Amino acid sequence: MSFNNTDIAAFKDVWVFCEQRQGKLMPTDFELISEGRKLADELGVDLCGLLLGENVEGLAKELGGYGADKIYVCDHPLLKNYTTDGYTAAICQVIEELKPEVMLFGASNIGRDLGPRCAARLHTGLCADCTHLDVDMPIYKDFLREASTLAPEKIDGMNSAMVLGEKHDVSRDLKMTRPAFGGHLMASIICPRFRPAMATVRPGVMKKNVFDQAKADACQIVKPAFTLTEDDIQTEVVEIVKAAKKLVDLIGADFIVSVGRGISKDVEGGIKLAEELAAELGGVVGGSRATIDSGWLSADHQVGQTGKTVHPKVYVALGISGAIQHKAGMQDSECIIAVNKNDTAPIFEIADYGICGDLFKVTPLLTEAVRAAKAAK
Amino acid sequence: MKIIVSVKQVPDTSGKVAVNPDGTLDRASMQAIINPDDLNAVEAALKLKDETGCKVIVVTMGPPPAAGMLRELMARGADEGILVSAREFGGSDTYATSQILAAAISRIGVEKDDIVMCGRQAIDGDTAQVGPQIAEKLHLPQVTYAAEIQKTGDTITVKRMLEDGYMTIKVKTPCLLTCIKELNAPRYMSVGGIFEAYSKPLQTFDYETLKDDALIDPTTIGLKGSPTNILTSFTPPQKGAGLMLNEGDDKANCEKLAGILAKKHII
Repeated sequence: MSFNNTDIAAFKDVWVFCEQRQGKLMPTDFELISEGRKLADELGVDLCGLLLGENVEGLAKELGGYGADKIYVCDHPLLKNYTTDGYTAAICQVIEELKPEVMLFGASNIGRDLGPRCAARLHTGLCADCTHLDVDMPIYKDFLREASTLAPEKIDGMNSAMVLGEKHDVSRDLKMTRPAFGGHLMASIICPRFRPAMATVRPGVMKKNVFDQAKADACQIVKPAFTLTEDDIQTEVVEIVKAAKKLVDLIGADFIVSVGRGISKDVEGGIKLAEELAAELGGVVGGSRATIDSGWLSADHQVGQTGKTVHPKVYVALGISGAIQHKAGMQDSECIIAVNKNDTAPIFEIADYGICGDLFKVTPLLTEAVRAAKAAK
Repeated sequence: MKIIVSVKQVPDTSGKVAVNPDGTLDRASMQAIINPDDLNAVEAALKLKDETGCKVIVVTMGPPPAAGMLRELMARGADEGILVSAREFGGSDTYATSQILAAAISRIGVEKDDIVMCGRQAIDGDTAQVGPQIAEKLHLPQVTYAAEIQKTGDTITVKRMLEDGYMTIKVKTPCLLTCIKELNAPRYMSVGGIFEAYSKPLQTFDYETLKDDALIDPTTIGLKGSPTNILTSFTPPQKGAGLMLNEGDDKANCEKLAGILAKKHII
């Protein structure tokens, strides 16, 4: 396959890979379509979804309701289940033919399998696990003023980058910002010489647009040409097993009450207290990696760098010390409440409200106080 | 049959991460460790070695001190180490890194029975891209997020984790697998193993060794061959200290907090 840098001006439109599992769209699709809409407007181009599967055309219109102008549907029996080889083959053929400028994937276990394979085949750049995307320079600079400690004059002067010893104007490049080292360092990455500029985007970070039925009705469905044979697929999906328990919707929750190692002296009791507080607030229970590794909570409860990234209205950290790996997953919560015995715990550095005390004593009192405060309203 | 495991030496990010005044990472303040997921990949390879007697080769790209990590892995049971190291390889993004590692792995040679293994992701970059990109460059089928691996003849059955469950996938060798921590508990080095490690072969592949490979082109490796560039890196502002509630007793603290939340219409 050729390098995608011979005529980068020939690449146009913003594309979003719309993941479906067993005929159901993933929540990330709506976040990515909404974010893609913003980028397409900044570039002045169309926003297109790319949907692969078998008999999935019926899912396409809904994506239009969140902002897609067009959905490319690759419908094929061999695309029924996700396989790296099948999906990569179809996607790369369609990208070579239709030349999108930007391509976004959700950073799910599937997106993180597929994105790098496609980028390697197409010979282009891929930025992993992005938490912020911009094209427009004034908007990007506003973001830096807010989210960085860079000097204002450095931000104002940021209009070009040195690429292979030459000054490159970055005004039309996708600026892909991502955390590194657990959020202690952020980096903005560009892909100046190759197209499409590809990014996987962290689930739960981008804001979803309001669904608009009129836009859904107006969304165009296009079936691009591609060829796929059984020989293209070297992996066989024997079975797909869904976790038996209902998944904890950490990403969608407005209130999260998380527990950490601090519950160790009475694990069941500690979780029960967290559940009671979560129920009173109308939220769910999360946990630090320590609680998952100890088998106290299942992995779908995990908040942090290797778990889920959340930004609820209120995040209550009970007995969580606040290691950077945990903070990376929750520091953008609107309000953080920490309860910890140790008043020097790092969690207090980012907490909006802190109570130094024993969570087994404080939590029931807090649940009761919240109940009383709500009743008094 | 042999298993080639690609490993990386990374700064230990489990402690405090130190940042230089200029916003770059203070690597000197952190200890260099073997990337945790890569240890699971090496353990998976060693388990297959215990069952089948196959050969395990560990390969890493990095500066010369990374050779120490290869010796450590040989002390756990790996048979050979390959250090891929050259100034020309520096500054590589994931695309360029995978080109170089793929060239090194194809120089070792991937035969019909062989398996290539990687960790899911390295804790410094957190991209999870190099494994799949090596697989693509070597034209191998891949299975990522492997939590169980079974080998029967030339067929590997892998339990591949998803967020909401798992898939069981069958793939024939040669193939590439990326491993996660659920796969196994890595073994320790043994005293005998440490002694033996120093008599096992450790080769260095430099630019000269690999330059004839089709994947090693000055325009596709190192800083020049990397499709992505860093526009800027920065540290996020520290959030100001919040309000510590110390009204005297827990009950008063909780009531005050609930009062604030209610006043701000949060609850």
